[in-house]
Amino acid sequence: MHPAPSVIVFTTLSGLGFGLLFWLGIGLPAVSYLGALLYFALAFALAVGGLLASTFHLGHPERAWRAFTQWRSSWLSREGVCAVAALLVLGLHAFLLVFFGKSIAVLGFVGAALALGTVFTTAMIYTQLKTVPRWNTPITPVLFLSLSLAGGALLAGQGWAALVLLLIAGVTQIFWWLRGDRAFSDSGTDLASATGLGSIGTVRSFEPPHTGTNYLLREFVHEVGRKHAQKLRVIAGVAGFAMPAVLLVLFGFGWFAMALAALLHAGGVAASRWLFFAEAEHVVGLYYGKR
Amino acid sequence: MTLLPETTDKKLGLVIDLDTCVGCHACVISCKGWNTENYGAPLSDQDAYGAEPVGTFLNRVHSFEVTPDETPAQLIHFPKSCLHCEDAPCVTVCPTGASYKRVEDGIVLVNEDHCIGCGLCAWACPYGAREMDGEAKVMKKCTLCVDRIYNENLPEEDRVPSCVRTCPAGARHFGDLGDPSSAVSVLVEERGGMDLMPEQGTKPVNKYLPPRLKDDISTAAPQPLAPVAAEAKGFVGWLDKMLDTV
Repeated sequence: MHPAPSVIVFTTLSGLGFGLLFWLGIGLPAVSYLGALLYFALAFALAVGGLLASTFHLGHPERAWRAFTQWRSSWLSREGVCAVAALLVLGLHAFLLVFFGKSIAVLGFVGAALALGTVFTTAMIYTQLKTVPRWNTPITPVLFLSLSLAGGALLAGQGWAALVLLLIAGVTQIFWWLRGDRAFSDSGTDLASATGLGSIGTVRSFEPPHTGTNYLLREFVHEVGRKHAQKLRVIAGVAGFAMPAVLLVLFGFGWFAMALAALLHAGGVAASRWLFFAEAEHVVGLYYGKR
Repeated sequence: MTLLPETTDKKLGLVIDLDTCVGCHACVISCKGWNTENYGAPLSDQDAYGAEPVGTFLNRVHSFEVTPDETPAQLIHFPKSCLHCEDAPCVTVCPTGASYKRVEDGIVLVNEDHCIGCGLCAWACPYGAREMDGEAKVMKKCTLCVDRIYNENLPEEDRVPSCVRTCPAGARHFGDLGDPSSAVSVLVEERGGMDLMPEQGTKPVNKYLPPRLKDDISTAAPQPLAPVAAEAKGFVGWLDKMLDTV
């Protein structure tokens, strides 16, 4: 799949932002007045910035409001509804904390649930696609949720929770990569089933329908980004999980160590998210003899 | 509304005969022509006369080589367009309701005024049947020439999709695949019509007729013809003798 920068920025930043919003919603840390202002400003900047970035890849962003209408069938629509609901509920929660120092627990918990719901629905947009076997697994939402919670815990200064969640997210990431590498061949879709000609003999793409490229090849058959896949996996693993965890173990949970760990983690997640798209193979590539 | 209808009154679709298709691409061109001039945004081209031309097409013809174990390889031309699936994944993923399947005839269409150009429906389609137009920035797909098949301003023989009307080999057939007595359903039954990627669970309406078994062609190199006259006579005989003596 084509790794569109807007989508990578969106899922990385909004994952962190909604993760932080989750922790703020459940009152960890219990902030008010100026503290609440700083924490919520960071969380909203990440979450809203990510959402805005996601509209850059739309052909007609001016019609984006229509995307709130099909929540009964579409995960993309559900994501939009969840995100706006989470931002509204937690916006009210933040308003009360910043200006009145007042915490209404129910409001915070509902907002936290909606924040996690947003991350879950984002993950389901990809998980639902049978056409991309690497994504089509329940491990995908587990990966997105554990990454979001771990990154949020780092930003929220929740040291122990961050350590445990980094471990869970790291293990999930490795497991997701290993499964992903055999997902396409395990899916049962190949050129024989794509053409229905497998019963006659071995099928090979002889001639594509056009000499140039097209939308399908540019969007779904992206091979350049896969060249350095193994190196990028190491970078994502070291920066995203190992180094933040080592930092916290060596230097404790002080704000500087936590902030540095959060930055490294965000870089690692961005690398992982690049691979999430660049390595994903769409079954339509089979018709072109490519993956 | 992007919820799929439980059932549709008709299942209009195409039956494509892989035994007959000669790979001339006439259906590709007639599709592009009709659908550029009629329903919805035109099918645009970018850099049409430049070094890297690219454009939107609703129908494309691939060519595959199939090599059986014993016999020589066959070349099979393979037209591919929207299969108007019963369980169309492109419809349910649409966040705006722009993508829909019609209850009356099962045709899958895009309301271009509601399309935000997110591209998710193209991601969900295993067949590559949807292409984002580079100019209009909305999703384009086969409409089964919905503006031809019901068009009473056209002579009756033209009220079929443009690709079907154009095909010089008669490799494309149009009809109601939900009616077991229709000509297309009978054809599918007789020729063992098949689904593409049945494991994807899309239940395509369009069917493909597999190529018939080919004659058993030998793979050995052709032998020279046996001479019809071993002994030359007349002038040629004289020439033969003369040349032997030289």
